[in-house]
Amino acid sequence: MRLARVIGNVVATRKVPCYTGHKLLIVQPVDEQGNDISESVLSMDTVNAGPGDLVLVEQEGNAARQLLGTIDDPFHSVIVGVVDKVYIEKTGED
Amino acid sequence: MKLAKVIGTVVATKKDESLQGLKILMVQPLDEKLNNSGEPAAAIDTVQAGYGDLVYITLARESSMALPEPFAPVDAAITGIVDQVNIEDVGIENKDKIFEKEKDE
Repeated sequence: MRLARVIGNVVATRKVPCYTGHKLLIVQPVDEQGNDISESVLSMDTVNAGPGDLVLVEQEGNAARQLLGTIDDPFHSVIVGVVDKVYIEKTGED
Repeated sequence: MKLAKVIGTVVATKKDESLQGLKILMVQPLDEKLNNSGEPAAAIDTVQAGYGDLVYITLARESSMALPEPFAPVDAAITGIVDQVNIEDVGIENKDKIFEKEKDE
């Protein structure tokens, strides 16, 4: 799983039938301090996240299918949580 | 999953049996501003996309689950044609609070 922030959504009418009714968001991965890293990806929403939210993104098929659909639907990337707080313990610092 | 643009077609006569009858398109992955992001890839089309279409692609093993044969050797499939991309880049709400450093007593 990785931390990411929601920056938008994508609308499609023509799509694989099993995607109907699911919200597809654009998420920008961030590091442990909230700074952007790497490139944005698309992820299915399961927690009613929206722009400005810091979320947990799971990019693994089994978890995605368990949350979203039946065992044979093409889900790979899902948002599984909205983050309230991140605690980082810096070692070697006073 | 990624946004992508269809940039071409691939024709292969000799291929795995499970890929027979499927349309293979070349796609260029894009970021949210529709700038190129990563290398072009070949993806199986499941939504009748065509050259120039803005689409989204499903990656990894799950992409073959959009196909008639779910065990086909495929790692990218076009699973939707994009009508609209809405960007609302407002940063992280309460970022200071979420990433606030704990003050030890």
